[in-house]
Amino acid sequence: MMNTILLWAGTFALFCFALAFAIATFRLMMGPTPQDRVLAVDTMFINGISIVLVLGVHFATSVYFDIALLMALFGFLSSTVMAKFLYKGEVIQP
Amino acid sequence: MNSLPLWASIPATLLLIISGVLTLSGALGLVRFNRFYSRMHAPTLGNTLGITFVLLASALVSSALQQRPVVHELLITFFLIVTSPITAIMLMQAGVRRDPRQPVSTDE
Repeated sequence: MMNTILLWAGTFALFCFALAFAIATFRLMMGPTPQDRVLAVDTMFINGISIVLVLGVHFATSVYFDIALLMALFGFLSSTVMAKFLYKGEVIQP
Repeated sequence: MNSLPLWASIPATLLLIISGVLTLSGALGLVRFNRFYSRMHAPTLGNTLGITFVLLASALVSSALQQRPVVHELLITFFLIVTSPITAIMLMQAGVRRDPRQPVSTDE
């Protein structure tokens, strides 16, 4: 009974995250400046982490936690590296 | 998921619905505002709070299923709360540096 409610809430959350992912993809394609595209990629990473975690609740396993943690790490790394590249023009200073 | 008790289902349901609405509002702010400095703040706030609620729901369901407190999902929350402002600040600095003709305080 209540598990049915949790299932529908998970479906609603997945729908919202997928719509947010599509909106971020629109901003990634239509963004006028490169900063907008980097911001859209960061938003897409966080929406992907949310989708993976809701799938972990949905299937009641803890395997998805590791994938979510790795996605958080690499999302932060890629966003920071691209912001540093846009700021300086190079990533690693000699 | 047949043995999930009632005291864990209803808060997890509410947390999932609130997180979906918050994340969708953050993404709508990404497409609705018309300048980069306005578009900057909406996804950071909405997405951080939304993923915090998703992680709280996940920790609650895992704790209820395994009959013991499972708090390792809060690691992602802590990591995102630490690293999200760093990304925002660095993107802001890049935007200000790459667009010097447009001052920050004007509208439109």
